[in-house]
Formats: sequence, C-alpha cells, structure tokens
Amino acid sequence: MTSLDTSKELNKKDKGIEEGHEDFRLFGLITFLIADGMTFAGFFAAYLTYKAVNPLPDGAIYELELPIPTLNTILLLISSATFHKASKSLLNKKNNDSQRWLLFTALLGIIFLVCQLFEYFNLPFSLTDNLFASTFYALTGFHGLHVTLGTLMILIISWQVRSNGGRLSHLNMFPLEAVELYWHFVDGIWVILFIILYLL
Amino acid sequence: MTISIEPENKKQESIQPKGWLKYFSFSLDHKVIGIQYLICGFVFYLVGGTLASAIRIELASPMSDFMPRDVYNQVLTLHGTIMIFLWIVPVVNGAFGNYLIPFYVGARDMAFPRLNAVAFWLIPPSGLMLIFSYFIDGAAQAGWTAYPPLSITTPQSGQIIWILSVLLLGGSSIFGGINFIATILKLRRPGLKLMQLPMYCWAMLGTSILVVLSTPVLAGTLILLSFDIVANTGFFNPVLGGNVVVYQHLFWFYSHPAVYIMVLPAFGLVSEILPIHCRKPLFGYSTMVFSIMGIVVLGLVVWAHHMFTSGTPPWMRLFFTIATAFIAVPTGIKFFNWVATMWGGRISINSAILFSCGFIINFVFGGITGVALAQVPFDIHVHDTYFVVAHFHYIVYGGSVFVIFSSIYHWFPKVTGKLLNEKLGILHFVITFVGFNLCFAPQHWLGLNGMPRRVAEYDPQFQFVNQISSVGALLMAISTIPFLVNIFISIAKGKKAGDNPWNALTPEWLTSSPPPVENWEGEAPLVKEPYGYGESITN
Repeated sequence: MTSLDTSKELNKKDKGIEEGHEDFRLFGLITFLIADGMTFAGFFAAYLTYKAVNPLPDGAIYELELPIPTLNTILLLISSATFHKASKSLLNKKNNDSQRWLLFTALLGIIFLVCQLFEYFNLPFSLTDNLFASTFYALTGFHGLHVTLGTLMILIISWQVRSNGGRLSHLNMFPLEAVELYWHFVDGIWVILFIILYLL
Repeated sequence: MTISIEPENKKQESIQPKGWLKYFSFSLDHKVIGIQYLICGFVFYLVGGTLASAIRIELASPMSDFMPRDVYNQVLTLHGTIMIFLWIVPVVNGAFGNYLIPFYVGARDMAFPRLNAVAFWLIPPSGLMLIFSYFIDGAAQAGWTAYPPLSITTPQSGQIIWILSVLLLGGSSIFGGINFIATILKLRRPGLKLMQLPMYCWAMLGTSILVVLSTPVLAGTLILLSFDIVANTGFFNPVLGGNVVVYQHLFWFYSHPAVYIMVLPAFGLVSEILPIHCRKPLFGYSTMVFSIMGIVVLGLVVWAHHMFTSGTPPWMRLFFTIATAFIAVPTGIKFFNWVATMWGGRISINSAILFSCGFIINFVFGGITGVALAQVPFDIHVHDTYFVVAHFHYIVYGGSVFVIFSSIYHWFPKVTGKLLNEKLGILHFVITFVGFNLCFAPQHWLGLNGMPRRVAEYDPQFQFVNQISSVGALLMAISTIPFLVNIFISIAKGKKAGDNPWNALTPEWLTSSPPPVENWEGEAPLVKEPYGYGESITN
C-alpha cells in the first residue's frame, strides 16, 4: 500500500449500517503536486531573474538548439494522451488494452529521457561553465528526475493491471489515476519549461 | 466514490506496547503522534536552550573567552536552526495539530495516518544528524539563514549536513501540511460547517496553505545551494557570476511565511484557551477567520522587508513596506478580539491563562517593533543589530513558546487524566516572564546603539547591558526546572482531573481523559457552537 493510505475514519459498522467516506487520496496528491509545482516555480523565478539582471559574461557560451526539445515536447504530449487511453481502457474492463497503452506510454517516457541525454552530451557547455548553463542543467535535470520516477511508476502499474491476478482493475483505479495525474503534471511542467528555457 | 479500509488502528492497538512505551513505537494514532512531536520537540528545546545559554555566557564579557569564535558561530547556527525547525514548527503544528484537529473536525484520526507517522519519524534522525555534524568536522557556521557566499566559503561538511537536515524537516513539514488540509477540508463530521469549526482549525488550515506553498521553494533553493557547495556551480557564488540576492529572495519567500507558520497556530491555540478560562464566547469569530486568511495572503508578499539593505530598488522597498504595514491590521484585529473576549469575563487565574496573557503582552511588543522594522529608514539603521534579535525573540519566544507552555497547562489534564500543580505552574510563569523580558528588552537598547548581532566580541561599553541580558537568560534556563518537576510529579501522583476539568465545550473535552484509541466510544459529538459560553451555561 502507498503511504497515502486512508484512515478507517467513520468506516466502522455502527448499528449494523456500513458507513464509508469519500476517497480523498487524490485530493492529497493534488495538494502534494501543488507543493512540487512551487519547487519548479522557485527554479523558474530564479532563472528569469538571472536572465533579467545577470548578463552573460564575455566569451561564455549558452546556446540551445530547438529540434530535440521540440521532439521531446511532442513525445510527452502524446504520452499524456496514451496514458488517458490506458485509463479509459481499464475503466471499460479491458485490462490487456490498458497494459499495452501503459507500456507504450512508458516507452515514450524512455525515449524522452534518451533524447534528453543525447541533448546533454551534444551541448556546447557543461554544468559549471556559467550561470545559465548551471540553471539549464538544474531545471532540466530536476524535471528529468520526475520523468524517470514517473516512467518507473508506469512500468510498475503496467505490471499490476495484468488480466490474470493483477492488483488493479476497474474497481481499484486509484494507483493508475494517481500516476496519471502525476504524469499530466510532469507533462505540464515540461511545456512551461520548454517555453521559458528554449523559446524566451 | 467510497472506499472501505480495514480498521488499522484497532489492528495496531493489539500489537502496540502499552503505557509510556507506546510513545517510543511506530504508531498511527494521531494522539500518540502528537505527543511524540511534543516530547521530541521539547528534547530539542532543551538542547537549543543549552546552546542559547552558551551564547549568553560568552556574551557576558566583551572578549571571546568562553569558546573559540568559529565554535560560537556553530553554536548560534545550531541554536537558531534547532529552535525553529525542531522545536517551534513541529510543536505548534505537529504536536497540537495532530492531537487536536481530528477531535475538532469530529474524526477518528487524521486523513492519512501513515503519512502522518512518516512525517514525524523524519524529525528525530534529521535533528540528530544536525547536532552530530558538530563532531564530524564542525557544524554549519552561516547562521540559520545560510546566506551565500558565507555558506559556500565556510567548512563544507557541516553546511551540507545542515542542508540535508533542513530538507528532511521541510519534507516532514509538507507532509504534515497536506495531511492537515485534507483532514480539515475533507474529513469533517457530516453536518459540521466550516464556520462552526474551532478557531485552531482555521489557524492550521491557513498555516498548512503557507507550508505547502512556501516550503518547496526553500527546498529547491537549498538544492541549488548544495550544488554550489559540492559541484562548484555558481548559482549564488558572485565569484562565478552568480547572484546572492536571488538566494535571499528565494530564502525569505519561505522564511517570512515561516514566521506565520510559527505564530498562526499559536494564535489559534490562544483562541481556544481564552474563552474556556474566561467563560465567554470568542469575540468576533468571523473577523478572526478573515484576519487569519488575510495574514496568509499578505504573509506571502512581504518577504523582501528582510532585504532592505541588499540593494533592493526603491519600488520594491515601497511595496514591501506598505504590505508589511498592512499585515498589522489583521494581526491587530485578532488582539482586539482576544482582549474583548477577556473583557468582563469570569477569568480564572491559572497557569494556562497567565501564559496566554504573557503571550498577548509580549507579542504586542514584538509586533510594534516589527512594524517599526518595516519602515525602510529605521530598518537600515538597525539592520543586523540586536534590535532585530530582540524583535524576533519577542515574536517566537514571547509569542509562540509562551503559547506552547499555555497549551501544555491547558491540555495536560486531557492527555494524562491528571491535573498539574498550579503553584509550580505560576512559579514557572513568573520566572519565565521576568527572565524573558530581562533577557530581551535590554537588547532593543543594544541594537539601537549599534551592537551588531552574531558576534562573539563587542565594544566594552555594552558589557553591563549584556550582563543584564545574560542574567535574564539564566532565569529562563532555571524556569524549566519547576516546569519539568511539575510534569513528572503530576504524571506520577497528580490529582485526578476528570474528563472535563475546565467545563469546556470544544469536542476534545467531551470524551474521557485520556481519550480512547478511536477518540469516542460512540458516535462523534456534533459541536456547532464550540464557544457557547455565557450566563446560561456557567455552572
């Protein structure tokens, strides 16, 4: 079970009537994602302030190419859609379809990470070269960490939705919904990051 | 969608140790976790207090003769960090929040009991890590603010351990905040409206919003700072083209709200204690709620008043001065409401109400110096002097710590079923109040006359006033003795308190003392008027 486990509050047999309570694990996750988003907001604010007040020193190199990150943006947007497909399939009790869509989503995540590494190795600057280089690696690296964690979680739930004996079904959707929400969040952060780092 | 989960608590109860041992075990019960927070916080308070005593012994003479100067820096850094992150924040939020919030919303536990236990168990290891960094290669020396470039140039290992420790404590704080928001908004007993909740719930809701919005920014900042230290990047290192002011902005974006994270729950606790001991309804309930939310919103946009000497442009100074002055309005409303609550009430003089009154007096003083410090010309004059030290100790000690003691006196009968000794309690209050004011009031004078903070050596003309301050610190150290004696004697052979010794109406008093594992034997009571005291009810 996850640490976001709910209490058994009100969930006892009282006078023979079974009471239940609303599932607020998703609410807790949304609150956590707001907090996580604030971390990114802090990084973005730092980067934009550097842009505004700290000039690039003479001779320092900070140039970014657009093709790979554009491809990555498309990959992540597609992966959000495929994840949505997976969740729809599970809701319609098609566990095998759901598993296929999840594996496809994970594959897109892995391709994203490979492309990101490829970009890292081909950039003309390294982590400690200058302020903007450092901020670039910190921001994309922190986001990449989120994608890595997300991909791992997708692989785990893709194992759990298997039709013979998996934990997840249309009756127990929460883990899938939680990872889906997280994945959309990571996706959204990437779009903001893409605009701020590459387009501005 | 509804879910059914197995009864975790009951299942746990059978395998849990009984008696005091349960406070040293992994428990999911919100009451046990609350007391764990309190005990853990108090142990760290004693450590931080010992460090404070060491600082005051050093400052009793103008030369640095009690300890080397770099040790002095480590001691003051540890003192600040321990008192903020390991004593006040965990205790006013974690301890009382965990104990009281489920009662107040009519629940049997917090929304996420396991997350709650995780949040607590992050604290002891990170606290020990912080303290033991002293024995590795020296603790951090850059103060609790860890401003670069100082934090980059001082010895690395201590600073890195400090960062890791604060990151863990920040994580604990965020988990706690998520839990409180979910509990207050989602776990309310059916039929209980938000505007019928006791005031502490509102205070914790506001505090948790601040925690969730601002703590992650500090975490991100400290990660960048650790890169500067270990990976030789230059985010905040001017030598490598970095920008130290960006660190200050990001740091204070958390650390100013942190002040409200420390005092808003204290405001809530006082709002619970005063009506019960004055036998009157809380004055101005809705204005209290709106002023808490006003403080939350304004508290997020005043951070740069800590940075008036950091080359802030004039428009920024203007904005942050005005915003800071505005925050005095909701705070003032709360103080008028408390005084109005006491006005004409049948006040019983006991330790709980004495500490609450002490809080009101001290906090008004600290609040006034706070408004003064928000004015740019004055702030530039006293920036980084003992005036600032006096100001924030009036807020965090005179404010939060007085309320913590008041709350311990108030809720001790509920937690243990025993009454505390009132004579020892009043003795504790008198020594604390006199010692505190003797220690910190003279520091205003020191600051106005130009004595800088964070130094082990000072101009000999300040010696006499510093010695008065040290005597006050000695009294504060002594004041913990009657308190601890009182606690241990009362637990062992205190008078039986009964379920509701204060004749209170808030839900936690409507169950047995100490409460059973699931808070109520039967159904949770529906308390729509937690402050319905008045002539008809005085018994």
